[in-house]
Amino acid sequence: MKAFTYSRASSPAEAAAEAAATPNAKFIAGGTNLLDLMKLQIETPAHLIDVNGLGLDSIEPTPEGGLRIGALVRNTDLAADARVRRDYALLSRALLAGASGQLRNKATTAGNLLQRTRCVYFYDPRQPCNKRAPGSGCAAMGGVARQLGLVGVSESCIATHPSDMAVAMMALDAVVETIGADGISRRIALQDFYRLPGETPQIEHDLRPGELIQAVILPPPLGGAQIYRKVRDRASYAFALVTVAAVIQPDGSGRLAAGGIAPRPWRVEAADAALPQGGAEVSAALLDGARPRPDNAFKQPLLARTITAALAQAREMQGKEMMS
Amino acid sequence: MKFDAPATTNPIDRQRFIGQPLDRIEGQLKVTGSAPYAYERHEVVPDQAYGYIIGAGIAKGRIKAMDLDAARAAPGVLGIVTAANAGKLGKGKRNTARLLGGPEIEHYDQAIAIVVAESFEMARAAALLIRPDYEAQPGQFDLAAAQERAVKPESGDPDSGFGDFARDYAQAPVTLDETYTTPDQSHAMMEPHASIAAWKDGAVTIWTSNQMIAWGKADVAETLGLPPEKVRLDSPYVGGGFGGKLFLRADCILAALAAREVGRPVKVALTRPMIFNNTTHRPATRQRIRLGAAPDGRLLAIAHESWSGNLPGGATETAVHQTRLLYAAPGRLTRTRLARLDLPEGNAMRAPGEASGLMALEVAMDEMAERLGMDPVQFRILNDTRVDPENPGRPFSQRHLVECLKRGAQRFGWAQRQAKPGQRREGGAFIGLGVAAGIRNNLLTKSAARVRLTRDCRLIVETDMTDIGTGSYTIIAQTAAEMLGLPMAQVEVRLGDSDSPVSAGSGGQWGANNATAGVYAACVGLRQLIVARLGLNEADAVFADGRVQSGGNRTALAQAARQGELVAEDGIEYGDLAERYQQSTFAAHFAEVSVDAATAEIRVRRMLAVCDAGRILNPKSARSQVIGAMTMGVGAALMEELAVDHQRGYFANHDLAGYEVPVHADIPHQEVVFLDEPDPLSSPMKAKGVGELGLCGAAAAVANAVYNATGVRVRDYPVTLDKLLAAMPA
Repeated sequence: MKAFTYSRASSPAEAAAEAAATPNAKFIAGGTNLLDLMKLQIETPAHLIDVNGLGLDSIEPTPEGGLRIGALVRNTDLAADARVRRDYALLSRALLAGASGQLRNKATTAGNLLQRTRCVYFYDPRQPCNKRAPGSGCAAMGGVARQLGLVGVSESCIATHPSDMAVAMMALDAVVETIGADGISRRIALQDFYRLPGETPQIEHDLRPGELIQAVILPPPLGGAQIYRKVRDRASYAFALVTVAAVIQPDGSGRLAAGGIAPRPWRVEAADAALPQGGAEVSAALLDGARPRPDNAFKQPLLARTITAALAQAREMQGKEMMS
Repeated sequence: MKFDAPATTNPIDRQRFIGQPLDRIEGQLKVTGSAPYAYERHEVVPDQAYGYIIGAGIAKGRIKAMDLDAARAAPGVLGIVTAANAGKLGKGKRNTARLLGGPEIEHYDQAIAIVVAESFEMARAAALLIRPDYEAQPGQFDLAAAQERAVKPESGDPDSGFGDFARDYAQAPVTLDETYTTPDQSHAMMEPHASIAAWKDGAVTIWTSNQMIAWGKADVAETLGLPPEKVRLDSPYVGGGFGGKLFLRADCILAALAAREVGRPVKVALTRPMIFNNTTHRPATRQRIRLGAAPDGRLLAIAHESWSGNLPGGATETAVHQTRLLYAAPGRLTRTRLARLDLPEGNAMRAPGEASGLMALEVAMDEMAERLGMDPVQFRILNDTRVDPENPGRPFSQRHLVECLKRGAQRFGWAQRQAKPGQRREGGAFIGLGVAAGIRNNLLTKSAARVRLTRDCRLIVETDMTDIGTGSYTIIAQTAAEMLGLPMAQVEVRLGDSDSPVSAGSGGQWGANNATAGVYAACVGLRQLIVARLGLNEADAVFADGRVQSGGNRTALAQAARQGELVAEDGIEYGDLAERYQQSTFAAHFAEVSVDAATAEIRVRRMLAVCDAGRILNPKSARSQVIGAMTMGVGAALMEELAVDHQRGYFANHDLAGYEVPVHADIPHQEVVFLDEPDPLSSPMKAKGVGELGLCGAAAAVANAVYNATGVRVRDYPVTLDKLLAAMPA
């Protein structure tokens, strides 16, 4: 770990201003990803601004009937919240499918959105990686890519976004609320929040220098059957091969996002539109333009099968509801 | 004590302590965090500085230049050791690659420097300032590609034959010829390799984490060019090894070099990402098995060939040896071939040979049973043998594999298994049952101990035996308590110090039987001293309840002790019983799995192992050994794989997020049954090893259960969902 300075912010606006004014500054909250990356010198901030004391840790109803989740709400608390469990069950399920109990106790809502990829080459500073060291190349091309992405990827990067929570939030049309260095808040739809790698895989999201996430806003409850299905090699504490987050209405319409296949939680309009037609069609829409590697091509049939199973599960849930 | 005739009745047979499910005597220290592991031994020597090892960033080639100026000038740095200033180094007898590389690089993450600083963070920060300039050379990293250039290894008993395999196979009415592959695997023990080294008067003491103290001491002396008496190793607690700590590793030797360089004690731990490529691993194998059988299920011919790779001078993975012993058949052939690979050093990992070999053989047996239309349990029972099949004049000392299979089948509900795969469905999952046999040899190796009866009537046992989480402390205390008739609380066991008598050490599941037999021998000596001091008749002396009874006399042991401490040192040495009789342990493994019909995710639902391993010294710690090994079998079957980057020549998934081992949620229910039959040919303890048996066959049982669930046969481990998807039943 390189030496760094540390401060505690007293308000979100001050935190944002300080971050913008300090070269190579980063916010720290749960630290569950950042500290690991600092130990490996993959992240080398000169200054850390601790935002844990900013009070952004409550879950409040919005005037529109949704929920405003403070940036610092811990994953454990968010998953256990009675309103989340009742109205946004897929979000609760997604959170509980991620990491371990200990990590969820520390990890925050905003930090979860901003976690970095788990590509094994990103994690070894001696290997080329355009995301870690722009312009150095991509060792994953022709390397070990079983976990990596096949859609939305570029020649310079095939990393995936590892979050479970963000996939559920993508399906829910969540909105990220930030405060900028100028003290002005803005809202960014999660759909617009993440950037695709293109030639600049080191730029992962739309945040401006110093800009701090204050909250994530969920729209009013959608009802429907809410599914989160995570496919992995072991039963717990593993990153996904593919995941599916879906809200399915009784008429078969709905919305669906997938994880484990792309540089960001993956949601495609045409896939939502295809939901009444079934898993194969939805999957085909999601994977339009896919560029699989030999060792991750299996994610194509796996995604189709997982979506089909999720839709069947939704029908089953709705059948039970109708009977009761 | 020479053990060259079958054991007769002895004090161990009383089983007042031996055979009892006693708790670990050091358990409280461990669960309260007060058993210090190597890196935590802050008290042993003051002024410890911190070392951080740098590993090579290429697989093969040389360092053209390595600028150390920035690192030397970094805050807190005390010194740096590289090959350039380390002095002349030898190489340990048991090491393949050098533990300090440079300028030549033999494998990725081979240590090339150690930076010493006042804190760990300072050492690491300085180390990361060093950016060596490499000249990479092409290497061979792909076993499949290297296979055809593989050669017969010079050692390791590579080939065997019996009868006329070619004829018998050609004539066999039912045959099988399949190829199986197993991947490279990492030990992934919980405690990383760690050492603290301090020099005094030209002698070095290293507090470390090592399974085999005498090997380690000899190889430190060899590497540093020191006389052995100038080297002391101390390793009382080891947080898992699985073979990864059998040998001297970089932490140990670089701690010693660094401490000499900076003139201060230095502590070093390998970081987790470094362990996978810097240390040893279980080498991948490619295995071809041919079986020929009569229609009634009798095996007529067995051939097992295996290819593995290693660095020049490295050993083979002996994946065929169990096939020489497990089943009867008149025509037999085994062959082991070794290819040169430039990956990190391959070496022993828990049940080396058998673990990988049985992953192939026991799936082949499952396939053959199906071709024959036989039940896989019955097929194995039918082909049992009472003698070494390659040397029929040589019987097994004991062999209860058939009983293991029968008892296991009954207990597991094997009769419910559907012979035709893909038939049993529960909800969204296919359910399948699998069986496999396990065999692991019982290795006899000499082992010594010193026992002392102190003036206050405590019994102190000293031996360089290690407890790598296995329960050595406890079974040694049980042995001593049994022999002297003293309560466990009066026995103190001191392990892992190279100043103590040399034991068998912990490896190859030989530790328990041999180390306790060595303690037995020393205790026999102590009993003689006690009897002599008390003027009793040795022949009828009975040690029990803190007293010695002889003739009509009952004398408190404390009385003998009061007259001055008594010390006895002896060990066990073996005659030719192991040559005259094949000594092995056996298991029947059963597994039930579910396979998600949509995603092909595989989850184990329950497992059973029925084990034939001689007398069970402590059923509680033995059970822990077996369930731990079964868990490792689940890992081998379903997830563990060091992913080789064939371009860059290293294991790319070098952390515990990338190299998955089973977590609790993967292991819902495990049961272990011991036949617990004392084997008088093994030692006076009549015990055998059990720590590796639990792994032998476990993975194949899981793989066979996956086949039974789905009808998809995967011969390329690990059995992951991507290999099932395309062929999953509708």
